[in-house]
Amino acid sequence: MTIPESPTEVVHQDDSIEPDTPDVEAERRQRRRRSLIVTAGVLVLFAIMWFIATSTSGSVANIFASVIRAAVEPQTAAVAIAVIGLNIHFGFTGLLNIGQAGFMLLGAYGFAISLSRGLPLPVAILLGIATAAVFALLLGIPTLKLRGDYLAIVTISAAEILRYVGRLSQLTSWTGGSQGLPGSEYRDPFVALSFFPEGNTTIGPLSYQNTGVNGWWIRVVAWVLVLICTAFVFLLVRSPWGRLLRGIREDEDAIRSLGKNVFAVKMQALVIGGVLGALGGMIFVLPSSVQADSMGRAMTFFIWTALLLGGAATIFGPVLGTILFFAVRILIRGVTSEVVPASILNTQQSDQFSWVVVGIALMLLVIFRPQGILGNKRELQFNA
Amino acid sequence: MLSGIDIEVSGPDGDQLLTTGENGGFLLQVGQEGEYVLRLVEDTLPEGVTATNAELTFKAALAANDTIQFTPRAVNFGLQGTVEGAAVGVGSNLFLQSTVSGLRLGLLLALAAVGLSLIYGTTGLSSFSHAEQVTLGGMVAFMMVNWWGLPFLLAAVLTVLVCGFTGYIQHVILWKPLRRKGLGLVQLMIVTIGLSLAMQYMFQVLVGAGTVRVIREAPTPVTFGGVRLTDQSLWAMGIAVIVLTAVGFALLRTRLGRATRAVSDNPALAEASGIDVDKVVRLVWIIATALAGLAGIMLALVLNGIKWDSGMQILLLLFAAVTLGGLGTAFGALIGAIVIGLVVELTPVFGLPGDLKYAMALLILILLLLVRPQGLLGKAARVG
Repeated sequence: MTIPESPTEVVHQDDSIEPDTPDVEAERRQRRRRSLIVTAGVLVLFAIMWFIATSTSGSVANIFASVIRAAVEPQTAAVAIAVIGLNIHFGFTGLLNIGQAGFMLLGAYGFAISLSRGLPLPVAILLGIATAAVFALLLGIPTLKLRGDYLAIVTISAAEILRYVGRLSQLTSWTGGSQGLPGSEYRDPFVALSFFPEGNTTIGPLSYQNTGVNGWWIRVVAWVLVLICTAFVFLLVRSPWGRLLRGIREDEDAIRSLGKNVFAVKMQALVIGGVLGALGGMIFVLPSSVQADSMGRAMTFFIWTALLLGGAATIFGPVLGTILFFAVRILIRGVTSEVVPASILNTQQSDQFSWVVVGIALMLLVIFRPQGILGNKRELQFNA
Repeated sequence: MLSGIDIEVSGPDGDQLLTTGENGGFLLQVGQEGEYVLRLVEDTLPEGVTATNAELTFKAALAANDTIQFTPRAVNFGLQGTVEGAAVGVGSNLFLQSTVSGLRLGLLLALAAVGLSLIYGTTGLSSFSHAEQVTLGGMVAFMMVNWWGLPFLLAAVLTVLVCGFTGYIQHVILWKPLRRKGLGLVQLMIVTIGLSLAMQYMFQVLVGAGTVRVIREAPTPVTFGGVRLTDQSLWAMGIAVIVLTAVGFALLRTRLGRATRAVSDNPALAEASGIDVDKVVRLVWIIATALAGLAGIMLALVLNGIKWDSGMQILLLLFAAVTLGGLGTAFGALIGAIVIGLVVELTPVFGLPGDLKYAMALLILILLLLVRPQGLLGKAARVG
């Protein structure tokens, strides 16, 4: 049995053979147009689901409403920010960080513990960021001079060590041990910042408290932060420094021979991506609680899936990939539990089955479209 | 061992008070799933003994039968001190017991790690789904014994064959075509992450999220030289030693074994010398998955059951073992696995919290990579 080539890929292989001729600019314009079309297509799909969810009733409307709710969850935004960070590591610099959840966990602990000890909000945010930056330095100093897979082993191991330490019963007074820190211990200063009026607001299938624990306030803040991070990465990778990152990804020795300090640039990329991961971790725990196990290996794998789905080394890919990752899983779950009778798969099994589909989708995606939805195949000839 | 120590148990079942028996162990029967807290009543400790970890929390998951038994050893509480001249905690007996446990874990890890290392050596792939191949062994054995009523030994042999067959199938439909297609190692690694995710949740759909036991009957304890083990553990260790010896002999003495080592060393050169690399790689996949399956069966026996994430729990220990010994060297993986097993089981003996035993193994891995990136048996090569 052979695996058939997908038609889209053939098209890509064709244009990747073309040499770097003056129509690079034309190609870039074409790519930008394609990205816009894809993004618009996804938006139209969501609009159709929105329309069906609000104008009809029944199981289809319910499924679509839950898909839309999953897409705007603050946790989706939080993961999107972590994915944007990983995109700087892997997409632009080619660093194999398999411990992004560890950065999220550190950010979350730094933030939540500072707040629960009564420190002001800005200080807590800075402390969360600083712990992640220090963690990045500690990981980077020994490994960034070695081959790529050493960084991979060290990051995944270090993230696991963090998780085990966070669960330690001896540290219960700080981290809450395996029970975790409840959101009520650190959430109030953030909720108090809300300038939204009292009450509830309903827009289509979305109905939340204006402020509340998990309402519009955290959603608006989280998604605005996603936009800011996206804009930040957009400016960053267009700068001379961003070109240096891609250069390192493509050919480290060439950059070194130009007299650049490759180690320092890689380290800067590791720190910046890790800090974004920490920001994601802070948003992730605001509507819920700090649980070491919620930011373990599984989270890292989801982050990778979302990045590859959207397209590594693209600007909007991480955001699009994350939204699709969470929305499509809810869609699969809803459709499975609707279509398959409960005697074969019960509700819990439908949920588990949706993860099976996610795993298989990740495999197929990497096999048939390694550049993701928005990516450019030529940019991703990465081979560590 | 300490007898007559009171332990308070609280959990969803209500509270109970237990007293340790003559061998220092105690038996806890619970009838409900959930989190249980064991608290050592420190007043009942003999003079001169202290507990570094007086409170233990663990989750109890029920198997098909209604009660589950725990025999946590006193070592879990990190007891230290001396009674009547004999050291408790870091005493000879406990030290010996933990050393034997560590050896047992190390041998089981070695079965899986040798396969992982052979795969890495011949194809360059870090296979994250190898952990699920381990779980698969336990799960298939569980199904054969408990669903289809096969006798255990027959089921064990069939399980190893089935697991080896999954390796063959994977090689034919996944890894060989993908290598032909020229997919990079990073993408291949992510394909294994997808496979691992799909398999984990497939186990949950089929068997459920709880722990299942392959053999229901309680194992018979065997005592010799002050060390208590179950007969199943003794069998598992014996079989592991025999199988590992056979694999080692095959690698050193047979034609195919030499060919395998040649491919590990330099695939291009091996191919040029007339070795059928494809055949070797196919064999490596079959052997590796069969060994992982065997490890899974024995892990299910030794750990009193297997769960959908049992493999994932030891995945990083496997990677640590492989990296510690030297990436791609089969004998290095063996030594690495024994070292990791000993570190894991001896960590609590030296007074460190039992929760940290996995973290300690990973920490040692990171520290070793700093001073000797090529691992214990790896050849020193320029890695960056």
